Amino acid sequence: MVRFVKSGLAAAVATAALAFGSGGAFAQSKEVVFGFQCDRTGPTALVGTVLCPGYHDYIDLVNSKGGVEGFKIKVIEVDNEYKVPPAMEAHERFKKEGAVLEGLYGTPQTAALNKKLEEDKMLGTSPGFGTADAADGKKYPYTFPIAATYWSQAGAALEFVKEKLGTLKGKKIAYIFYDNPAGKEPLPILEAIAKQEGFELRTFAVPAPGVEMGAQVLDITSRFKPDFVVAHLFGRSPSVAIKEFKGKGFPLSKVISFVWGSSEADIIAAGGYGVAQGYNTLQFAGVGKDFPVLKDIVAMYKAQGKPAPKEMDSTVYYNRGVMTAALHVEALRNAIKANGGKAPTSEQVKDGMEHVKGFTLDGLVPPMTITPADHEGGGWCEVYTVKGNALVKAKDWYQGYRSIIEKQLASTASKS
Amino acid sequence: MFHREAGVFKTSYASDMALYPLPIAKWTVAVLALLFVVIIPLTMQEYYLSILNLIFIAIVGALGLNILVGYTGQISIGHGAFMSVGAYTAANLAVRLGLPFWITLPAGGLMAALIGVIVGIPSLRIKGLYLAIATLAGQLIIEWTINHVTAISGGAQASIQVDRPTLFGFTFNTQGRLYYFLLFFTALAIIATLNIVRSRLGRAFIAVRDQDIAAEIIGIDIFRYKLLSFAISSFYAGVCGVLYTYYFGIANYEAFQLVVSIDFLAMIIIGGLGSVLGSILGAIFVTLLPIVLRLVLMDVGKLFLDEGELANIISGTRLAVFGALIIFFLIVEPEGLNRLWRNIRSYFRVWPFSY
Repeated sequence: MVRFVKSGLAAAVATAALAFGSGGAFAQSKEVVFGFQCDRTGPTALVGTVLCPGYHDYIDLVNSKGGVEGFKIKVIEVDNEYKVPPAMEAHERFKKEGAVLEGLYGTPQTAALNKKLEEDKMLGTSPGFGTADAADGKKYPYTFPIAATYWSQAGAALEFVKEKLGTLKGKKIAYIFYDNPAGKEPLPILEAIAKQEGFELRTFAVPAPGVEMGAQVLDITSRFKPDFVVAHLFGRSPSVAIKEFKGKGFPLSKVISFVWGSSEADIIAAGGYGVAQGYNTLQFAGVGKDFPVLKDIVAMYKAQGKPAPKEMDSTVYYNRGVMTAALHVEALRNAIKANGGKAPTSEQVKDGMEHVKGFTLDGLVPPMTITPADHEGGGWCEVYTVKGNALVKAKDWYQGYRSIIEKQLASTASKS
Repeated sequence: MFHREAGVFKTSYASDMALYPLPIAKWTVAVLALLFVVIIPLTMQEYYLSILNLIFIAIVGALGLNILVGYTGQISIGHGAFMSVGAYTAANLAVRLGLPFWITLPAGGLMAALIGVIVGIPSLRIKGLYLAIATLAGQLIIEWTINHVTAISGGAQASIQVDRPTLFGFTFNTQGRLYYFLLFFTALAIIATLNIVRSRLGRAFIAVRDQDIAAEIIGIDIFRYKLLSFAISSFYAGVCGVLYTYYFGIANYEAFQLVVSIDFLAMIIIGGLGSVLGSILGAIFVTLLPIVLRLVLMDVGKLFLDEGELANIISGTRLAVFGALIIFFLIVEPEGLNRLWRNIRSYFRVWPFSY
């Protein structure tokens, strides 16, 4: 029996080798390779199918304008389906193709690749994914959140609440969250701020898959009666939350959602803008179409005789893709400049990323400063509120309770 | 594979059950060992080794599930959760007590076996779909427990980082080195399974699967063998989880959710229930096919579309083709790839005659 077993394996390996044989071409001299993981078919396909085209469009725009310092960028995208083993395969493929950096996709995938990135000295970005302590560049030297982590979002959410209510002292705040590690992550920050400001915090967990939360919302609206609700939900659940709060007569203007419950798609799934009036959303990239770079992308499509892609209408996720791409390009630009115009190594691109500063793309990207110690870039957020038929900016780029977040980062750093 | 006896010459049970039916088979195994131990790791790029590594880990899990589902006929959709039990046991032992992998690996397996037996208790009273739901409950309970008990999960993030495995000062930290690490345990798992299924244990499992009342009448203790099957299957799952943990450097229960259990069920159904080779072929099929499909679709698609459009289409197409191929193979041969392979072999054995 063993021989059949082994020979079967051998046959499969041989087939695989044949199938892959053709794909091994090396990058040309004036070309830089980026790896980009995406989820277009898994549980977060709603995000991926919009975010990833945004990424590609920005890279295409840069290439159409002659590239970065004369270098064209080639993007290799791998759909990891939000599964962990394909993420490892994707990473190895990027490495084989000579990628200088990679965009990660998904929290478990980021967790699984942290160590490998460090071993292979490859820069990986995880905007909106992964763990908050990855902001600490000393702990995770090759992982870059490059966007507000859940800790920073917690700080920013409460800063906004404080502004709305005047003071937090003696107030009641409800925190409704998806019952997974990402949902629980902001708890220490919320508790620390509650202690400092002296408000009552109560938490309400929504079990996976998060489409049934009538009991929790009823508990919040009828029993706890909070002054404000902070929501941290994923997937289908933000839209369910909007519907439930609306149905119980709770004003949505007293709800603020973290970044994954804040897209046009969530509002539409909840029943449209009419239902969601007043709903506040945290954002780590600019929202809307009123940015020069987006107009450039439309112009690029027009020059090719094509209509602008429909993904652009879903500006929250699309712009996040654009932002990720823009920061990748900026890191590359810094690296090429530092390297005297020659093709940089992955290590040099990492240095380039650690010197991104004052790059805002006219407000689409926050005014972040990425340093070797701070891979998050400061944890900047914006708040957009549903008004009429659009998400309207309610608060420009800001950081909330930075000192508490820094203290938390320092305490986890000292622990391990 | 390439050699068969010219007739039936076996005169004893022992020779009928031998792992090597012919002396020359030993040479085949030796050649394959040489291929896997020397030639492949020396000639292949890291990328291909990383794919082989993923296949190796999947084989261990698929073998375990096949012992339970294929050989004993008990359905389980809690396989992913048993993996996470092994993963967290090993990660906790490795990080808190600093134990090496040759202790944490069996420990992870044993802990998973223990939990597997508990989840398997309903199998004594219910079968089929009912049991499937009972094990589904097991999956969800284990997920919930790991998520909420910080003593197990190591904090709110429910993930524990572990260092690379080391042996006598040698660290398995590249794909090439991990290849040997995983190859060893995969080979061990294959040999162990081959021996389990040809022993009294395996025959008892098959008897329980085929007709449990008849099995009980001929003297097989159903209580013992059903739970033993759950224990062995979960042990494999636990080891598979530990291997994932060392391979990724982290134990994270989100990597072992329900969809993983379904993936492993798909592997053994496609490969062939109740066969060792089937588990291996199924693990290869499910791991490799999406990768091959993507590369093929990429190369073919480039001829017709530009890259932006291609990225939009490829992911969906890949899933559709993947599903269609599974349906195709199961229609051609409902008993899976293993049976398909046997059919091909027996066809060529008498070729060009029909029998």
